[in-house]
Amino acid sequence: MRLASAGLLAGAALALLTSCAMQPRDHRPEALAMMKRDFHARGIAGMDRLNEDAVQAACNKYGDNPPRDVAENLQKAQVATIKWPADGKLLGDWKAGERIAQNGRGMSWSDKGGVGGSCYNCHQIGPGESSFGTIGPSLYRFGKLRGYGADMQRYAYGKIYNAKAYNLCSQMPRMGHVGALTEQQMKDLTALLMDPASPVNQ
Amino acid sequence: MRHALVLGIAAALAAAPWPQAAAQAPDPTAAEFDKFREKMEETNPAELFEAKGEELWRARRGPKNASLEQCDLGLGPGVVKGAYAQMPRYFADVDRVMDAEARIVHCMVALQGFKYEDLAKQPFSNATRTPDPVSITTYVAAQSGGMKLAAPQNHPKERATYEAGKAIFFYRAGAFDFSCASCHGEDGQRIRTQPLPNFTKPDQAIRAAQGWPGYRMTGGVMHTLQWRMNDCFRQQRFPEPAYASETLSALLAYLTVNANGHVYRGPGIKR
Repeated sequence: MRLASAGLLAGAALALLTSCAMQPRDHRPEALAMMKRDFHARGIAGMDRLNEDAVQAACNKYGDNPPRDVAENLQKAQVATIKWPADGKLLGDWKAGERIAQNGRGMSWSDKGGVGGSCYNCHQIGPGESSFGTIGPSLYRFGKLRGYGADMQRYAYGKIYNAKAYNLCSQMPRMGHVGALTEQQMKDLTALLMDPASPVNQ
Repeated sequence: MRHALVLGIAAALAAAPWPQAAAQAPDPTAAEFDKFREKMEETNPAELFEAKGEELWRARRGPKNASLEQCDLGLGPGVVKGAYAQMPRYFADVDRVMDAEARIVHCMVALQGFKYEDLAKQPFSNATRTPDPVSITTYVAAQSGGMKLAAPQNHPKERATYEAGKAIFFYRAGAFDFSCASCHGEDGQRIRTQPLPNFTKPDQAIRAAQGWPGYRMTGGVMHTLQWRMNDCFRQQRFPEPAYASETLSALLAYLTVNANGHVYRGPGIKR
């Protein structure tokens, strides 16, 4: 009896040890410490860019798949960051929007600040541009397929302003939130997607 | 019964398109460029830098007037053959893992008396200048052409460095919330027309090593993986990593170990 319980105890201890050994260690703290040692600010890309904000922290911690309650709370906070145009107008000039979508520069250490939207890097958009990336979904016929209503305009503008307000760990940058695009630029991009006259919707 | 089974399979096939096939559908632009590259590789300008690098390796240079022939690239002092394919690796004399170029820079500092600060000032090639470590790295890399990548994972620091590199690879931050994995973590993606290898998979991770050091037709310059990592971080909208730093060795350890077992074809040519 005593022997048996001693055996059980040893077994339990062994199991505990094994489970400790099996627990994958989180290497992020040492990786981040290494990066903070090795990186330096250059141009507009300061060292603060290595620090996670709440959204990045949650996406990093949960491998881009945070628990529902965590995601919902953070998303609500992201929605609150969106500054809607004071004049209430969301559609600018789609021609200017096309130029902004084409321009892949901005926010790197070789830029002075925000420049373009980099949209074609990841999205199919207008029918005239065959050099487009595939990381994001195709936006061709965006308005034609989804309708030109006020809600859809709001969604397009809001998504450009802060993609994380709609999908917390989306791969899309938060163009308005980080100041990569101006209000007028985001209106122009919204027009590119939502103006019935835009080539996107032909 | 049999019919039902066949029907069931047919239905399953119909319902599930072939994601594999879809992801690997030949991209006409990429295929065209691959053909072009094969032609170009027959007379790759990288050979010029390789020859220059060999000369630099053997020459007595620097404040200490020494050659690099006593440089230990991991296989013993002066052994160059096969060394590139077995890096990054742990080096006891510096107690850290180093990739090939970081090790070469270390040797230039320790053996020849060059200053790291000077080498790090303008470490990348431009139209008028190819830094010496770039040529030397090209020479060293060429001596591993045709060999299987075998970055070691024996020393505890080699394993820890791989894990750190993996964590860096997946770390999202910066102005655009990007990590390396934002572009290189899924199959079959492109930026514009540029196909993006998924470096988490061994058969695609080889593309992180293949073609590097590479002669880049855009600008006509020779670049190493140190440049590639630097420019990726620029596009990731991060601050700048120091030349030949531990962070870059860790990231290269992650990428190379993932590709272990695949044949490295030597310095290449890039778009």
